[in-house]
Amino acid sequence: MASWTLIDETRETRVEAETAGGTPLLSPAAVRAAFDFELKPEGLCKGDICFPVRDRSALARAGGIDLGAFAELLGRPLAMDTEERVAVLGASPTERAERLASLQAPDFTLPDLAGKLHSLSEQRGKKVLLIAYASW
Amino acid sequence: MALDRNADDPRPYIERARPTHPSLIDSEHVLADLYHIINVPTVIWIDEGGRMVRPNDSQFGTDTFVQFHGKRSAPFLAAVRAWVREGRGVVPADQMRPQQLLPSPESQLARAEFTLAWHLHRAGRTQAAERHFLRAGELAPHDWTIRRGSMPIRGINPMGPEFFKLYEEWKAAGAPGYPVRPLEES
Repeated sequence: MASWTLIDETRETRVEAETAGGTPLLSPAAVRAAFDFELKPEGLCKGDICFPVRDRSALARAGGIDLGAFAELLGRPLAMDTEERVAVLGASPTERAERLASLQAPDFTLPDLAGKLHSLSEQRGKKVLLIAYASW
Repeated sequence: MALDRNADDPRPYIERARPTHPSLIDSEHVLADLYHIINVPTVIWIDEGGRMVRPNDSQFGTDTFVQFHGKRSAPFLAAVRAWVREGRGVVPADQMRPQQLLPSPESQLARAEFTLAWHLHRAGRTQAAERHFLRAGELAPHDWTIRRGSMPIRGINPMGPEFFKLYEEWKAAGAPGYPVRPLEES
């Protein structure tokens, strides 16, 4: 067993896991802690939403849940460094694309210079010119 | 929203401008991920009900870098005023979709690679981080938030030779960007 850092979009969790074929095999507790998912008879579930699992043996191997198979089943990108034992589960391109295509502006919360948090939703009732810029 | 590695990089600009609107720091590229932003500046118009009424577009508030992008700021600023005062210039909902750039499996994997690289860099694992910054750039070769945005983190001058190399590469590829129709046609 070795310590892995798992990042779900931006949330970080450290778990103990075996590594097989470059991929961590996660215990049910680790999957719950890092991603809020549980493997149930009806599928891979987060709250009330369950993803059907066609090939249970590819997902749940002897030592635990294969993170690569887990990401693939959810349709989410996985960036991983086996030597450093860090893995990032990114956002699903389908989910992101559908949200943008719905035209409802995705809400977000970010800090200002003083560290005070602001959300887009606080601007409801006003027109918003959203500008992404950078010093580079 | 500053897509910068920390608050200190944009701080002088914000302090000088003293904006009365929220001016936020997005060092994790949360906004880039949610809105599929591939370059800066990117502007999006959102109406009073929280609906996007003009999709991602590259527009400029000044003419400082007009020789690089060829877009004058005056038509954009006039369009924003006309939208705010008279509600003009919005893209009808049924015409939005073909004018939006939507994320792909490659572009989302590139963002995950960027997040991984940024995490490794902050953990002091700069060599490992470099592998993933490069991988992110290979997956999304025309995403400036990844390729140029990672330069200050990696100790590369974002105004130096690497920038000009990237700029020439981008121009040779036909200057890929957002598929929004020009403001003048709305």
